Amino acid sequence: MLTEFGKILIFLLIAVIFVLIGFLTARIIRPKRPTHEKLLTYECGEEIQGSPWVKFNARFYVVALIFLIFDVEVVLLFPWALVYKEFGIAGFLTGFLFLVILGIGMIYEWRKGDLEWDRPVIQPPLVKKTEN
Amino acid sequence: MDIWGIVIESVVKILFVLTIMLLTVSYLVLAERKVSAWIQSRLGPNRVGWGGALQPFADVAKLLLKEDIVPKAADKTLHTLAPFLAIFIAFSTYAVIPFGPPITLFGREINLHLADVNIGVLYVLALTSLGVYAITFAGWSSGSKYSLLGGIRSSAQMISYEVSMGFSIGGVVMMASSLSPVDIIESQSGWMWNAIVQPIGFITFLVSAFAETNRLPFDLPEAEPELVGGYHTEYSSMKFASFFMAEYANMIIASGMIVMLYLGGWQVPYIEKLGLGSPFTQIIQTLSFFVKVGFLLFFFIWVRWSIPRFRYDQLMNLGWKVMFPLSLLNIVWVAVVIMLFN
Repeated sequence: MLTEFGKILIFLLIAVIFVLIGFLTARIIRPKRPTHEKLLTYECGEEIQGSPWVKFNARFYVVALIFLIFDVEVVLLFPWALVYKEFGIAGFLTGFLFLVILGIGMIYEWRKGDLEWDRPVIQPPLVKKTEN
Repeated sequence: MDIWGIVIESVVKILFVLTIMLLTVSYLVLAERKVSAWIQSRLGPNRVGWGGALQPFADVAKLLLKEDIVPKAADKTLHTLAPFLAIFIAFSTYAVIPFGPPITLFGREINLHLADVNIGVLYVLALTSLGVYAITFAGWSSGSKYSLLGGIRSSAQMISYEVSMGFSIGGVVMMASSLSPVDIIESQSGWMWNAIVQPIGFITFLVSAFAETNRLPFDLPEAEPELVGGYHTEYSSMKFASFFMAEYANMIIASGMIVMLYLGGWQVPYIEKLGLGSPFTQIIQTLSFFVKVGFLLFFFIWVRWSIPRFRYDQLMNLGWKVMFPLSLLNIVWVAVVIMLFN
């Protein structure tokens, strides 16, 4: 018996063959005349400066970490959402508690400035003025 | 029914879906150019065929005949893998979107979807999140600064909006108590469309869909004035074509998902009251699905020419500080609605 995932597998195989045929046809009929200039990386026609793997903003990593935390919670939420109608008020309270904890986590990150894209402005520590 | 009967039926359906998909993708490109021209008071492509009707085929022929350039600085394996991955993911998501009610044809009931997986929604979510890899690989492996920045931006943007997308779908799952696309559509009978029951979730999903497909106003990964072409700067010929096709295929999938999750899929309110008999009703319902998807695609293009591109910090603020809390609020809203009316 062919299961539904079996059908998806056949679909994927046909899709792969389809794409491969397209790529192979293109490979056969297109010209190939590489020159030195063509194979250079595009940099507005100037000489290439330095390594292509430049430094980028470290906040991208922070975004990835926050994503990881909350996406796991999406996964945890789906089973609850599936059976929500069966459990009545108990299900409601459980989910509510879960969302409250999630909300606290979000507020914490917000307050910490991890959701700000620009670097948070750090207040210099206040130095107490001494009298004379 | 023996196994070969099922295999043949599946293969016929697959070829049908693939043909439809390729045609819609190529004509969506033409439609986008025509609508853009109409919005900007231009004529648009009108030379090839009747009023430009054969333009997509001319484009395909042109891209097939272009030289394929892989820059020396690029990582050859990943550079080739990335476009394959992009188009493969775009193709494979089509398998679970149902586009019509079961139709009785030649005395056999035929379902208008390739596979009714009981976790269809999760399947689509999982595959679309794999799409991030295609773009990140493309950006990193090209060995170009523009591509790298485009790829990094794109991955951060896509994962940011994926969270609110997931939470919005949570609300839909609560209403339907199922992850199967068919059940979700059937739970929205009459006027019980999720767009009406949970408007906040609809809006967050819609905005996230725009961000996931990298469409304007969220097309920062390929913002022309700053990044040339973004992650596909160093791609040419068929590899570029597959990124291009994947982008449009993703647009169609996003519209299909919005229709399926929020606009009642193939449901037309009160159609059974008309008493049209089964084949007519089913044909009208199937057509209504395509009309809804078509309208959403038009909406995608319309927004493109109406809203300017966001700045990157605005995009991140919108994603994390507006869309994410709203999608949490939506879950609470749906929970309360179900509590009150059940």
